[in-house]
Amino acid sequence: MNAHDEDRIKQVLKRSLPQVEDEAEPVRDLWPAMLRRLDASSVAPSLSLVPWFDWALLAGLAGLAAFFPASIPVLLYYL
Amino acid sequence: MQNDTSSVLIKFQQGDVDAFETLFRTHQRAVYGWILRIVRNPATTADLTIETFWRIYRAHARFHPSQEFEGWARRIATHAALDWLRTARPETELPGDIAAPPDADPAVGAEIRHKTALAFSRLPPKLRIAAILSVVEERPAKEVAEALGISVAAVKLRVFRALRLLRKDLQQQGITP
Repeated sequence: MNAHDEDRIKQVLKRSLPQVEDEAEPVRDLWPAMLRRLDASSVAPSLSLVPWFDWALLAGLAGLAAFFPASIPVLLYYL
Repeated sequence: MQNDTSSVLIKFQQGDVDAFETLFRTHQRAVYGWILRIVRNPATTADLTIETFWRIYRAHARFHPSQEFEGWARRIATHAALDWLRTARPETELPGDIAAPPDADPAVGAEIRHKTALAFSRLPPKLRIAAILSVVEERPAKEVAEALGISVAAVKLRVFRALRLLRKDLQQQGITP
C-alpha cells in the first residue's frame, strides 16, 4: 500500500465515520449510578479481590482435610 | 486553585469518597467524550464511564498526586473501552447516529459508507482504537500513544496495519477506495 492508497482509504474512513463533537456529554447525571456501584461493592466485596495465594492455601487445606480426615481436629485446634 | 486541586488529589489517593465525587464531576465529561470517540454508542459509553471511574476508585492507592489525573483517567478509560470492544460482536447494523453523517460527502455513496463502517467494526480492537483516534478523530499521535500505553511509532504501525486490513476487506467486497 503506497502513500496515495493510504490517503484514499483515510479519506473514505473519515467520510464514513463522523467525528464526535467536542461538546458531547452524558444525557443524564452519572453520579447516582456511580454511587450505587460503590455501595454494592462495599456490601459485597468482589471475590476477585482475594489474593491468589489465599485461594491456594484454602485449596491446600481442603485437600488435606479430604485425604487425611484425621487432620481436621488438628486444623481446628490451630484456627 | 492549584492548592485546591492538589488537596483533592491527595484526599482521593487516601480513598476519600467526597474527593472522588469532586474528581468524577470534574472529569466525567472528558472521560465520556473520550470513550464515545472509541465505542460510538452513547448508552454503552455511559456504562463504560461508570466502569472507568469504578476502576479509578479501586486504583486510588496507586495514584500519585503529582501525576496528571486526566491522562491517567484517559488511559484507564481506553483500557475499559478496549475490554468492551474485545467482547462486543462486530456490528451488523450501525447505530442511526453514525450510519449517515449529516455532512457526508455525496461523492461517497451511502452503501460505501455503510460497508466501510462495517469493515472497520471487524478490525481487531487494538488496531481499531488506534485508527479511530488517529485518523477519524485526528488526535495527536502522542496523546493516542499515552492513552494506549505504547510508543508513537507503535501507534503509527497500528494505524498502517488497520488501513491495510480495511482496504483488503473493502476490495474483497468489490470496493476499490
